[in-house]
Amino acid sequence: MQEKFEALKAAFPHTIPVFAGFTFLGAAYGILMNSKGYGVGWTALFSFMVLAGSAQYVAISFLTSIFNPVHALLMTLMVNARHLFYGISMLDRYKNTGRLKPYLIFGLNDETFSLICSVEPPGGIDRNWFMFFITLLNHGYWVFGSVLGGLLGSVISFNVEGLDFVLTALFVVTFVDQWKTQKNHKPAVIGVLCSVICLIIFGQGNFIIPSMITIITVLTIFRKGYADRKELAEEKIQ
Amino acid sequence: MTLTSIQTFIIICMLTLGTVTTRFLPFIIFKNPKLNNSYINYLGQVLPYSTVGFLIVYCLKDVNFRGSTYGIPEAIAIVCIIVLHYWKENALLSIGVGTGVYMILLQIVFK
Repeated sequence: MQEKFEALKAAFPHTIPVFAGFTFLGAAYGILMNSKGYGVGWTALFSFMVLAGSAQYVAISFLTSIFNPVHALLMTLMVNARHLFYGISMLDRYKNTGRLKPYLIFGLNDETFSLICSVEPPGGIDRNWFMFFITLLNHGYWVFGSVLGGLLGSVISFNVEGLDFVLTALFVVTFVDQWKTQKNHKPAVIGVLCSVICLIIFGQGNFIIPSMITIITVLTIFRKGYADRKELAEEKIQ
Repeated sequence: MTLTSIQTFIIICMLTLGTVTTRFLPFIIFKNPKLNNSYINYLGQVLPYSTVGFLIVYCLKDVNFRGSTYGIPEAIAIVCIIVLHYWKENALLSIGVGTGVYMILLQIVFK
């Protein structure tokens, strides 16, 4: 028990930016849902079960048009296809997480992913529980933010235009953090360039899958150089 | 509400199914990763960096550079975030100020 509490205490400070982000983003989502006639109960259920911000935003359009569950499923698969990347990146980190593993995978959204890849638990803290609490706290924040928005939306109205930029800001900050801690900037640059090129070629509605394929392909091409340099670096250390 | 309660619930289930599928698939495919599968290890090492780059582009996909604002609010806000984050290294501050600057630009300056 003590061990879990220590892990929770270590995890909490790292999740504060996500708390702020999810309160904003979740509230914006709740307000939006409310404006379409979906009460706070529905909003909470969506956020609790789906836990995927962009898919939930996209799904608002499915709630306000003709009932089409197949289209909703396909669109979710498309929008969330980036999660395949997260999974591959986390194969190693989540390898020995035991009974926590299903929940860790279920809760692996954008923000949880970016936190878990960039922060390390302090010494003496159980890594698995640390990752579990990051995931759990973020899940809670998302539901909390959505409920808050659902409640606010029914009482007051204010101009939320531009509020969704909080998500972009979070990713830019993660990008800067990663840039500062990494010597090799090729993966980051490849990610941006391939996505931009695919966006220009395929357009905003269809660029997700091509971007992913292009990124994997280009990274594979650059792998040879990466492996060679890594070996060189290791030889130098020895 | 345009849909009935049952229809809405089915949509929630579809979203959950889609999300769970994309999250669990890599772990099912690579259930027994050979320890020496260096290609997958390599992807696991470099993909987090590429993915964040992709996500920024994904967030900015709807910016219309030929539209009324030419993407200027986004550009200014992102520069603010980068400068502030290099300087102060406080994630919450960078995100808060960046979003605030963007909302002010969008709602007041580029109205």
